[in-house]
Amino acid sequence: MTSLPASTQRSLGLVIDLDTCVGCHACVVSCKGWNTENYGVPLSDQDPYGANPSGTFLNRVHSYEVQPDAGPAQLIHFPKSCLHCEDAPCVTVCPTGASYKRIEDGIVLVNEDHCIGCGLCAWACPYGARELDAAEGVMKKCTLCVDRIYNENLPEEDRMPSCVRTCPAGARHFGDLSDPDSAVSQLVAQRGGMDLMPEQETRPVNKYLPPRPKDRIAEPEFDALAPYLSPVAEDPGGFVGWLDKMLEKI
Amino acid sequence: MHPAPSVIVFTTLSGLGFGLLFWLGTGVVVPTGWAGFGYFALAFGLSVGGLIASTFHLGHPERAWRAMTQWRSSWLSREGVCAVACLLAMGFYAAGLVLFDLRLTVLGFAGAVLAAGTVFTTSMIYAQLKTVPRWNTALTPVLFLSISLAGGAVLTGRFGLTNVLLLVAGVVQVVWWMRGDTALKQSGTTLASATGLGNIGAVRAFEPPHTGTNYLLREFVHVVGRRHALKLRTIALVAGYVLPVLLMLPGSLVLTALAALCHLLGVAASRWLFFAEAEHVVGLYYGKRVA
Repeated sequence: MTSLPASTQRSLGLVIDLDTCVGCHACVVSCKGWNTENYGVPLSDQDPYGANPSGTFLNRVHSYEVQPDAGPAQLIHFPKSCLHCEDAPCVTVCPTGASYKRIEDGIVLVNEDHCIGCGLCAWACPYGARELDAAEGVMKKCTLCVDRIYNENLPEEDRMPSCVRTCPAGARHFGDLSDPDSAVSQLVAQRGGMDLMPEQETRPVNKYLPPRPKDRIAEPEFDALAPYLSPVAEDPGGFVGWLDKMLEKI
Repeated sequence: MHPAPSVIVFTTLSGLGFGLLFWLGTGVVVPTGWAGFGYFALAFGLSVGGLIASTFHLGHPERAWRAMTQWRSSWLSREGVCAVACLLAMGFYAAGLVLFDLRLTVLGFAGAVLAAGTVFTTSMIYAQLKTVPRWNTALTPVLFLSISLAGGAVLTGRFGLTNVLLLVAGVVQVVWWMRGDTALKQSGTTLASATGLGNIGAVRAFEPPHTGTNYLLREFVHVVGRRHALKLRTIALVAGYVLPVLLMLPGSLVLTALAALCHLLGVAASRWLFFAEAEHVVGLYYGKRVA
C-alpha cells in the first residue's frame, strides 16, 4: 500500500552540520561501498574507467558559494541524500506499492522486487534523492542503512548509517528526530536546524544545521602603532624617484 | 525534463485514441458493420499502441501488471485501471455495433466516461507534481482533455464539433504556455530555499557533486533553446489547431485524413515541448535554473 502512515512510532533520520562538513566526500564513498555490497541490487556504474563515466549514488556532496552583502564569500559543502520525509511525495505516486514508509521507524524504502522502474517517484522528489539504476532498471535510494542500524552481527558502535560512521569531521548525526530528548533533536533545537525547500511541503525528517556566523577581525578603534607605520616618504626621491619620473615619461 | 520518445508517443497517440473512443461511446458517430470496424480499429490501434509504447520506458515492463494495484493513492495506477476498464467496455460496445448492429447505449456512455477518465488520470500524473511548477496546475488536465477531445473529433470528421473544440484547445494551449513561462518563479522554490543558505547571502552553485553526468541530470535537467522553443510553439499551434480547421472545410475524406495527420504532428510538437520545457526543481541544486 503506497498510502503514507498517519504517524510513525519513531522518525529516524540524519542531522547534517553544514558548519562542520569539509567536503571530503568520504560519506559518498562509504555509502556507495556499503550499499553496493548489501541491501538490494548493487549501485552500478556505466563506463567507469572510460571517457564518460556515470553511476548510481545515494548520497552526493554539492558545494555552494554564498556571497554576503559585506565581507568575503563563504564556501559551503552540502551533502544531500534522502530526507525520509513525513509527507513523502515519492511514496504516494508509486503505482505498484514498491515505495513505502515504515510505520516503526519512518524509513522510506523501495521493494525492488515490485519496482517497475517507471521513475515517477524520482520525478516527485524535489531533492534528487532517488536514482534509477541503469543496469538493474529499479529505483535506488538511501535506506538509512536499515541493514546496519539493527544488525546484531555488527559491533554496537557500527550500528549507524555508513555515512555517519565514516564522517571524519563529525558533520553527520543519526537518531530519532521524533523524540525531543534525543541527541539529534537537542542539536537541531540548539543550532536552528532547518528543512530544505519547506515550500514543497514534504516535511523532511533530516535536518540541516546552518553554518555558524564567521568571525570577523574587528577594526581597532585606536591603534597606538599606526602613526609609526604610516608611509615615510609621500614623494619618493633618489633612485626610486628618478625611476618613477622616467617611467611616467615613457 | 527529458523528452522521452516513448512517453511522447504514448500521450499523443493514446490521447487521440481515447478522444475518438469518447465520441464513439457518446454516439456522436454510431458506425456499424465494416465502417464500425474501421472506426474502432483506428481508436483501439491508437490507444493500445500508445499504451504499449508507454511500457518501453519502464525498467521492468514484465511487472507492469503491478501498476494496477495502488489506485487508492497513485494517479499512475488509476490511469492503468481506467485504461483497461475503458478498453474492455468499449470492446463489448464495439462488438455489439460491428457484429450485431446493436447499440448498447449505457455501456457506450460508461466507456466514454472511462475514456475521458483515462486522459484525465494521465494528465493528473503530471499536474500533481509540485516539483515541476510548469505542470502543477489545474490547467494541465484541461489542456490534455481539450486536446484529446478535439483530436478525437477530427477523426470523427464532424466539422462543426471539431471547429469549436480545436479553437478551445488552441486557446487553452496558449494560456497554458503563458502561465508556464512564469511558473517556476511563482512557485517560490529557489536555490536559496533549496539550500536554506539564502539568509547568509546570494547562493551560487560552486561545484557539482561529480565531474561526470548522472541520472538526475539526464532525466530532469534537459534545457531547450528559447529560439527553438518559439519555433516549435508556432509549429504546434499552426499544425495542431489552425490547419486542421482549414483542411476539414471542404469535407473530403482525404483532406480530413490529412487534417488528422496535421493535428497529430502539432500535438506531438506540443507534447515534446511539454516535457522539454518543464523545469524540475532539482535542477536548482545543480545551478541549472535561473530562478
